[in-house]
This record gives sequence, structure tokens and C-alpha cells, in this order.
Amino acid sequence: MTALVAFIRGKGYNKSMRDLISDALKGHGADYIEIHFEESQSTSIAYRGERLEEISRARNSGGNVRALVRGSWGFVSFNRLDGLRDKVALAVKEARLAPTESGGPFKLFPMEPVVDKVVPQLKQDATAISLATKKELLDNYNNIMLSSPNIQSSRINYRDGRKQRTFANSEGSYIEQAKTDLNLRLTAIAREDNEVQQAGLSMGSTGEFSAVEGLHEQAREIASRAAALLPAPQVKGGEYTVILDPVLAGVFAHEAFGHLSESDFVYQNENLQQVMVLGKRFGGKHLNIIDDPTIPNLRGSYKYDDEGMPTRENYLIREGILEGRLHSRETAAKMGERATGNARAINYRFPPIVRMSNTFIAPGSASFEEMLGDIEEGVYVKDWYGGTTSLEMFTFSAGEAYMIRRGKLAELLRPVVLTGNVFTTLQNIDAIGNDLEMNQGGGCGKGGQSPLPVSNGSPHIRIRHCVVGGR
Amino acid sequence: MEHLTEVLRSAQKVAEQAEVFSVSSPDSIGIQFEANELKQVQTKESSSTALRIFKEGRIGFATASGGGGWEALVDMAVETSQFGSPASFQFPSSRDYSEVRIFDPKVEEIAMERMVEIGKELIAKIRGHTPDILCDVQVTKGTSSISLINSQGGEGRYNSSFFGLSLEGILVRDTDMLFVGDSESSCRPDFSGIDDLADRVIWQLEMAKKKAAVSTKLLPVIFTPNGVASALLSPLVLAFNGKSVLEGASPLKDKLGEQVFDKKLSLWDDATIAYGVGSYPFDDEGVSSQRLPLVTNGVVMNFLYDLQTAALAGTQSTGNGQRAGGFPRPDISSLILSRGDVSFQAMVEDMKEGLIVEQVMGADQGNILGGDFGGNVLLGFKVENGEIVGRVKDTMIAGNVYQVLKELLGIGQEARWVGGILQTPPLYCSGISVATKGN
Repeated sequence: MTALVAFIRGKGYNKSMRDLISDALKGHGADYIEIHFEESQSTSIAYRGERLEEISRARNSGGNVRALVRGSWGFVSFNRLDGLRDKVALAVKEARLAPTESGGPFKLFPMEPVVDKVVPQLKQDATAISLATKKELLDNYNNIMLSSPNIQSSRINYRDGRKQRTFANSEGSYIEQAKTDLNLRLTAIAREDNEVQQAGLSMGSTGEFSAVEGLHEQAREIASRAAALLPAPQVKGGEYTVILDPVLAGVFAHEAFGHLSESDFVYQNENLQQVMVLGKRFGGKHLNIIDDPTIPNLRGSYKYDDEGMPTRENYLIREGILEGRLHSRETAAKMGERATGNARAINYRFPPIVRMSNTFIAPGSASFEEMLGDIEEGVYVKDWYGGTTSLEMFTFSAGEAYMIRRGKLAELLRPVVLTGNVFTTLQNIDAIGNDLEMNQGGGCGKGGQSPLPVSNGSPHIRIRHCVVGGR
Repeated sequence: MEHLTEVLRSAQKVAEQAEVFSVSSPDSIGIQFEANELKQVQTKESSSTALRIFKEGRIGFATASGGGGWEALVDMAVETSQFGSPASFQFPSSRDYSEVRIFDPKVEEIAMERMVEIGKELIAKIRGHTPDILCDVQVTKGTSSISLINSQGGEGRYNSSFFGLSLEGILVRDTDMLFVGDSESSCRPDFSGIDDLADRVIWQLEMAKKKAAVSTKLLPVIFTPNGVASALLSPLVLAFNGKSVLEGASPLKDKLGEQVFDKKLSLWDDATIAYGVGSYPFDDEGVSSQRLPLVTNGVVMNFLYDLQTAALAGTQSTGNGQRAGGFPRPDISSLILSRGDVSFQAMVEDMKEGLIVEQVMGADQGNILGGDFGGNVLLGFKVENGEIVGRVKDTMIAGNVYQVLKELLGIGQEARWVGGILQTPPLYCSGISVATKGN
């Protein structure tokens, strides 16, 4: 057993760990230093068609030191705990490489030191369920998909994991947080002659195994949807009125607007600050977009971020007006705003960067039928297949799409890709449904850190003049 | 290497066959500039060990990273082996591998201070052209040591080095945002790469000075090397993967020896290129690397295999077993697309109306298994009557690689590396669906 593991496994607050860290932090002449330790384990199971192709277990341990000197950071990640003081010294040396004339003074949003310990409360912890039980459940889903008509193959990717993290900084914070996570994706692949189509389902939880139980009906449904796509036509490319289902609208909230609210994109860019000025109108009065890590039992939930900052609910847009954005301690200080507790790192190999948590469009009052009602020709898009953004422009793809003709759902279409300018598109949302749902599947990638557990959600929303790609 | 032997010995006590693989990188260094300023300097140490066993004919697998934890590897691998796939192959007993040049000691000599200077020089060049651009630059370097040992006598070890430069620039005017950028990577430091990279980004900025409108219709498109990588590569990589072929999901599964692509098109996977970041003397399962033709004059020649997939398909591993921290899977090393005979300028001059596509966003989101690509043109230019007239916005392209690459209007005579893993010339394609706002 390594020194690190022995330390972390101690019950309660481990005096020797705290002493070790506080000794290592002393006398380096940096403005700020923090240390993370992490121990994790995970189980992965992957099917490809009939074959359970990969089943593996992993253990991982390590840590990092981050030091701030005059606005510039040094970062050292390591596997071995020995020589911690030297690692701190290296991080400080790195931070000093920036020329002093361009570095600003010590600048982090101030916070009271926190000493706390967070342990997940689970009814049925997935990481404690036997491999045999997991395999039996996944076998069932796989058999259902593979025995459906025209289904040629399938994919199942299951992963659960547990992380134990320790955080300490030179201001006196010391936090131990344990976090579990669970993710499942089912994909059915249909084929006929040279046509290949697929449909999928993503689920997740904060480690509660029940989230992936009882999906037999959904497994059947994605298999029949994949088969139905084979003869489906492609949408004619162009501009349409579109209705997004809660899953895809949630992806839109995350991709198109959420990333723009991450202030590390904004804080160094004066032009972008003018675009994203607080108090500016971005949409109709019915539009509210919120990021909230404090909601219990969602994959993006946590009590303290990876800078030890306590979290809170953050309104990004309230009644159509830009009200807030997501911050680390550094970006908040630089922009003269409050830190929001959104600095997150995927693991100890990376420094924390500004990330979302649970991002959603708050429910409005329209029913789905009302939204359909006055559409002459449009597209109903459901379920996400992927999404990405470059701040101003977004693109995301729907797993399922239907034409809308004269207020009614019409033929099934091949999967479509939607794209647009986020500012125009937000203004073009003309109806927001009353049926909020949170989606726990997938994960978020940014700056090489992927997939980070997040969730997103929305009710049905309707967008005018949206570009839909096809042939 | 010591702990590898120890893990192997204890695994052999409980398993019929075993293999231990380890990667360690003592200190990868990354210099990051944000908004033209040095923001962060980082040093990363990492090491991981993977154990694969055959127990009662089934494959068990476990990984451990960190200073220790490898003591638990055997127990974890045994636990997973109860449910693992039946082992269909033997671990190779090879010990002699041809040398592939992928280590340059000069990488170790570059000081952090020099890396900071390189970043500054690059930013200064770009800002010399466009003073108000904000650049994020990364300069990275490192070395890795890979070791493999198995119960059948197989054993190998090599070192590799890495040096990389990347730049992303953003220019914001009102709500209009322009993204430019490019990267260079190699196993050795190439300081002339700084100028090449700067020149390419300056070309992007120059071409994007004006805006141009495009209409919704079928148009010819020139995919630049970056455009080929961002739009067309993923469906091809997936189709040539032995796993897709084995399960019958690849559209190429029964096309070996058939003419599927344009006669002008040839494609190789080559793990032996000197100083290529995708090169290696043996793959992550101990199989010797090679130069493997995938397409020769439009005819499908080979697929990519690892040991298990090859055994199930009744063929041999092509030395493409690779691990990204987990199970070995077939994957590309470096892809080389053959040069053609048309200059980029001649392609542009040939177009009455068309697009040059440099960067597509979200191209991997469609049905890539079926060959579809499509997405937003993040950086692309309109051509009218043989001249580049400006940058397009709010524009999507869509197509299918099997239709688009069946008949090409031309292949460029100048090839270059993209992301260190693809070397390609520009491709001149016809009939790409273009959709835009306002039509």
C-alpha cells in the first residue's frame, strides 16, 4: 500500500495528512498554493454486438500542487507523495517564469477557509454491486436490442467509479470529498444492404445503481427506432421552425449558452465582455437559464468545487436578461464579480478550470400541442447525439427527428444537425414548455478534460428560423 | 521493469498466460499562454501499469496508475476474467524489433525558459499581422518510456519523445467571432515549424478579412489538410477499423480488393515514419509495426487489426493494437494520403462558385458509421470565379465520404501534417450539400 493510500484511508480527518501538507506549504513566497490528492477506482464494461468485449477494473492515485505568483500559475502533477516539498517548490518556480511586469498583483476572490468532509449518501451504491449482477442486467438489455428486427449490432458502455479527494490550501482550507458516478449508454445499430443507422440512450446517476435498472422497455424502443431510420428520408437542408424535446433543449442550454457563461472565455477578452455584459437582453421574458450544483442527486452536483469554494444556485439568464456567469476564484476577482464555485478538474492530472454543473432552462407555460399548433412546416427534433460550440456558433445533432406539417407530426427523418448563432437563436425561442426534465447521460469536455460529470435539462422549446443540415 | 517482472510472476501463478504493459512519463512540460500572456507552466509525472491475463480461457484486465497499486492488479484481473471474452489468440513471443526513430535527446535539453520564448515569438508574429487578436498558445514537450513483457517470452522496451506547438486565435467584433489556429507536433523539436505555423494562421486571417455570402445548394468544395482532418477523417478511420469490419458494421466489410474510391486516391497507415508522433517499433501488444496500404489507387487493400480482433476475423494483427489507458483496440498510427498533381491555386482558379473548408465543427455528430459527415463551417472561404472572396458564416455542409471520395475533381500536389497523425494534400470534391441562413 502506498503512503498516499494509507493516509487517505485513515478514519476522520487525518492529522498526519494535514501536517504533511501544512509543512510542505510553508515558506515558498508564493501568493497562493493549493494541494490535491486523489484516490479512485472504477469498473468498465463494454459490449459490441453479442460479445462482452471489455471488462476491466482500474485503480488510480496521485496528486497535484498549484501555485500562484503575481497572477501566473505553476502546476505540478505527480504519482508519488514523496518529496512533496520539492514539488511545491517546482510549482512556485514555474509560476515565477512569467515576467513580473505583465503579471498583476495577487488576485483571487476572497473566501473563508473551509474545513469539512463530504460523504455521498447512496441507497444502492453501484460501486458495491457485484460484477455478476451488472453483467446480468446488461446482458438482458443487449439481448433485447439484438433480437429486434433489422438490428445488426449493438454497443453498451457502462462505467461506475468512486473518487476520494483531499484538498488543502495555504489559506487554511482542508476538505475531504468522496464522489461516486455512474454512466450507461446503449446503442442499437440497424443495417439493411448498405444502409446503417443507429439509435441510442444515455443514462447516469451519482452512483445510485437503480438509475440503470428497469430500462428494458427503452432498450426495445431504441432498437425499433434504429430500424425505422433505415428507410427514413433525409431532411431538405434549410431554415425551419423547430421544436426541441427536453433532452435536446437541455443540450442546447449547455452547449450554446452554458459554455458562453464560463467566464474563463470572457475574462481576458474585452470585446467578448461587451458582448456578454450583465443586464443585456438575450431573450424573451419567458427565458430563464440556471446552473445549480446544489440540487441533490444530479451528476453535476457537488458541495465544494476544486478550489474549495462552496457552491450555490446561479441564474445565468433571468427573464431574458443576462444576470450572471460561472466563475473560478481567479476569473471572479479579475471581473469584480462573485466566485460561484464552478472551478472543476476532471482528475488530479489537470488544474481546475471553469465548468458547468447542472444547467437547465426553467419551465414556462406552453404545452407541446400549443407549440405544434401553428407550425405550417417545421421539424421536431429529439434526443441528443452530440453537440459542440465555438462560443458564438453552436452545432448539435438530434438522434431522432420528424417533419411537422400543418401543426401535426409527420414522417420520421434521418438524424439531423442543427446549427446557428447563439445570440440570434436565443432571441428566436418563442415558446417554452411546462415539462422540465433533467438528462443525466453523457459528460462534458473542455480543454482536454473529458468527460466531466454534468447534467442538463429543459422543457420542450420552440425556435424560429433555425438552420437544419441535411441533403 | 522490475515491478513488471514481479507482476508477471504472480499473475502466472493463477493464469495460463499473462502480459504486463507499462507507460511512464517522468516529466511532461506544458507552457500555456492565455490571451497573449503567459498563464501557466505545468509539469506532469505519470505512470501506469496494465495486466492482461487468460484464466480458464477468458481474458481478465486491470490497470493501476500512481506510485503503487500494482499489487492489486492480479486480484482485479482475476475478478474480471470470470466474465471476460474467450481468449482467441496467444501473446506474441517476439523480442527483436526493427528500430523506428522516435526519440530525440534534444527534447530533454530544451529549457522551460526557451519554451516560453517560443510561445512569445509565435504570438508576436501573429500580432504583427493582426494586433488585436487574442492568442492561446501551448508549447509542450516530454518523453515516455514503454515496456512490455509477457508469459510467452515476448519482451520489448522503447523510449519516445514529443514536442508540440499549438495556437488558437480569436478575434471578436461585436457579436462576430473569428477563430483561427493550427498546430505542429513531432518527436523532435523543429523550430522552423514556428514560422510555418505562423504563416498558415496569417493566411487564415488574411482570407477571413472580408465576409462572403453563400446560398443553399450543391457546391464544389476544396477541403484543405485541416478540412480533410476535421470533416472526412472520422468516418474513414471507423470503416477501416477491424472491429467495425468483424461485426459487419463497416460499409467496407466485403469490399477488399474492390474499387471503392477514386483511382487517384491512395492511403496508408504507417507506424514506421521517423519522428512521427504516431510511430512505434511495436504496438501496445508487442506486434511489430509496419507500413500498411489501406487504399491503393482507389482499391480497398487492408483493415486495421489488433491481436484479438484479428484472431476472431481469422487473420493476423497488423500491429495496430493501441491502448488509450484501457483495453488494446485497433487504431491508426499515422495516416498518409497520397499526393496528387493539382496545385491549390489551380483548384481555386477552376471554381466558378464554391467553398474552401478549413475547419468544420461537429462533423463527428452524424451517422459516421454510415460515412456521413456534416457540420458548421467554423472556418471556410467562398470562391467566386476563381478567386477567394471572403469568409462564410452560418453555413453548414453535409455529405457522405463514400459518395464524395468516389470521384474527386482533384488531389493537391502539396501535402502536410495535421495534428501529427495525418499527412494529406487538399482534396477538391464536387457536389457537397451546403445549407445557409436566409435561403
